[in-house]
Amino acid sequence: MDLKKSTIHALSRNLKDGVFSSEELCREYLKNIDNRDSEIGAFLEIDRENMLNAAKAADIRRQNGQALGDFDGIPIAVKDNICVRGERCSCASKLLEPVKSPYDATAVELLKKQGFIPFGRLNMDEFAMGSSCENSAFKQTKNPLDTSRVPGGSSGGSAACIAADFAPAALGSDTGGSIRQPAAFCGVVGVKPTYGRVSRYGLVAFASSLDQIGPLCNDAEDAGIILDAISGFDPHDSTTLPDPAGGYADAARKGAASGSLTGLKFGLPKEYFSGGLSDAVAKVMDETIAKIKALGGEIVEVSLPHTKYAVAVYYIIATAEASANLARFDGIRYGSRQEANGLVDTYYKSRGAGFGDEVKRRILLGTYVLSSGYYDAYYLRAQRVRTLISRDFEEAFKQCDLLLTPVTPQVAFKFNEKSDSLQMYLSDIFTIALNLSGHCGISIPAGIDEATKMPVAAQLMAPALGEKVMLEAAAAFMK
Amino acid sequence: MSSEIDIKYVADLARLDLSAEQAEKLQQELGRVVEYIAELGEVDVTGVEPTAHAAQLTNVWRQDEAKSSFPREVMLANAPGIVHGDLIKVPRVLPSEEE
Repeated sequence: MDLKKSTIHALSRNLKDGVFSSEELCREYLKNIDNRDSEIGAFLEIDRENMLNAAKAADIRRQNGQALGDFDGIPIAVKDNICVRGERCSCASKLLEPVKSPYDATAVELLKKQGFIPFGRLNMDEFAMGSSCENSAFKQTKNPLDTSRVPGGSSGGSAACIAADFAPAALGSDTGGSIRQPAAFCGVVGVKPTYGRVSRYGLVAFASSLDQIGPLCNDAEDAGIILDAISGFDPHDSTTLPDPAGGYADAARKGAASGSLTGLKFGLPKEYFSGGLSDAVAKVMDETIAKIKALGGEIVEVSLPHTKYAVAVYYIIATAEASANLARFDGIRYGSRQEANGLVDTYYKSRGAGFGDEVKRRILLGTYVLSSGYYDAYYLRAQRVRTLISRDFEEAFKQCDLLLTPVTPQVAFKFNEKSDSLQMYLSDIFTIALNLSGHCGISIPAGIDEATKMPVAAQLMAPALGEKVMLEAAAAFMK
Repeated sequence: MSSEIDIKYVADLARLDLSAEQAEKLQQELGRVVEYIAELGEVDVTGVEPTAHAAQLTNVWRQDEAKSSFPREVMLANAPGIVHGDLIKVPRVLPSEEE
């Protein structure tokens, strides 16, 4: 069985036609993992028995004509900050290392309802804070395309898992680019849905006004299939949008069938192309623009004038929210506790020993910008500039259907290449504004850097709830 | 605006134990980050409303219905310590009389 770049839609046809069973499929993926994950390090843990039992159950349902749907028996790997009942969920942090999820995240529950088999705990930057997976407390994940390079982050395990053919798809989470950037570095597809499109229930909160769960996979149709499954209103998450969800896979199929971008206007935000791009990324973006034109798309220049402030706004708002969200991890009700003399010392010691450097850095920055005397100058001001950044997008979307930008200024970098935290933050420049505005975006493979042989991606951004037009265009482009 | 962070004070607010070495390193690193984010001071935000949330939903209500929650033993399974069967064990909160 060749699982190279396998898609959910192709695998589901084979399951339906009896070419192989779900158990055979899962065993084949496990074989790939056994062969190569000691080198790559995508997974923190895999509960094989659970996975194979779920596969056998799916096979029996299918034999009895009671399959839960087209995708019954297809494995999908899960980032370690998304709860799967009975499995550990550590966020790649020592503090949460012993914790087992008492419940399924809504996204996981919805996938199970369709017969998908959520499995494995994918490595990540601790609490999703990082751009290279180097901040995991447990292991390094390597880029499967060049193991001297990082897979990106924070969903680096998710992206590496797809690039190494360990699963056809994975769930990740995106707070400032944590799905799109690793997808770009590993040459796979990654979607950050509109804020509120996918329930955050069961996603360990980093920055609640920015976090979204989304898919990493091999093509736009698969992204649509997963979004069809996990999108929609959830009474457990009061920020989920009431608007009807679905039709995403159909939109992608339509795009793939037509292969045409006629009638679509693509806006190029000039601030995203004004210097700072590596030659490789600039060249692939030129080729991407030419291809879009060749497929019938129209290109217009637009402006997002407050782009240069996005990183500063993000690192104020995201760290402020993180400092509040991570206040609950105190070693009392769950997680690792350091015994100390008295309650307050237990908080200090448990948090001091449980959190890694980057998490401490962000908690401190977030606490600082919220502290008395600094709140107005930093946090409140950042929220106001966030409004201006959102307005930039609203204005730009009046002039075009989609925005086309790079995902990252350069291809996947090498380990320890970015040792300075500010330098690392600045590498997120093209992805973070979209989390601030709440719109949706997709990272799609667009070319290869000749010098390094590493993939280069393009990002399509769409207005709020514009997932359909985004996936249709992505599918047409990737055809 | 001063970009000097009183790291000890902030770490206390966050209940974070830092070694002297860590505190010094973080002081420097965060000083640079604060210097960078201070550039927001140059943006004119007169009359601009703050955005707390991209979804812009307000007053999301649900019916006030009593529902059963997770069983006690399931939630206690992750506790670092248990006493008296179903209570979470915590360290001493008030100093003992001898102290």
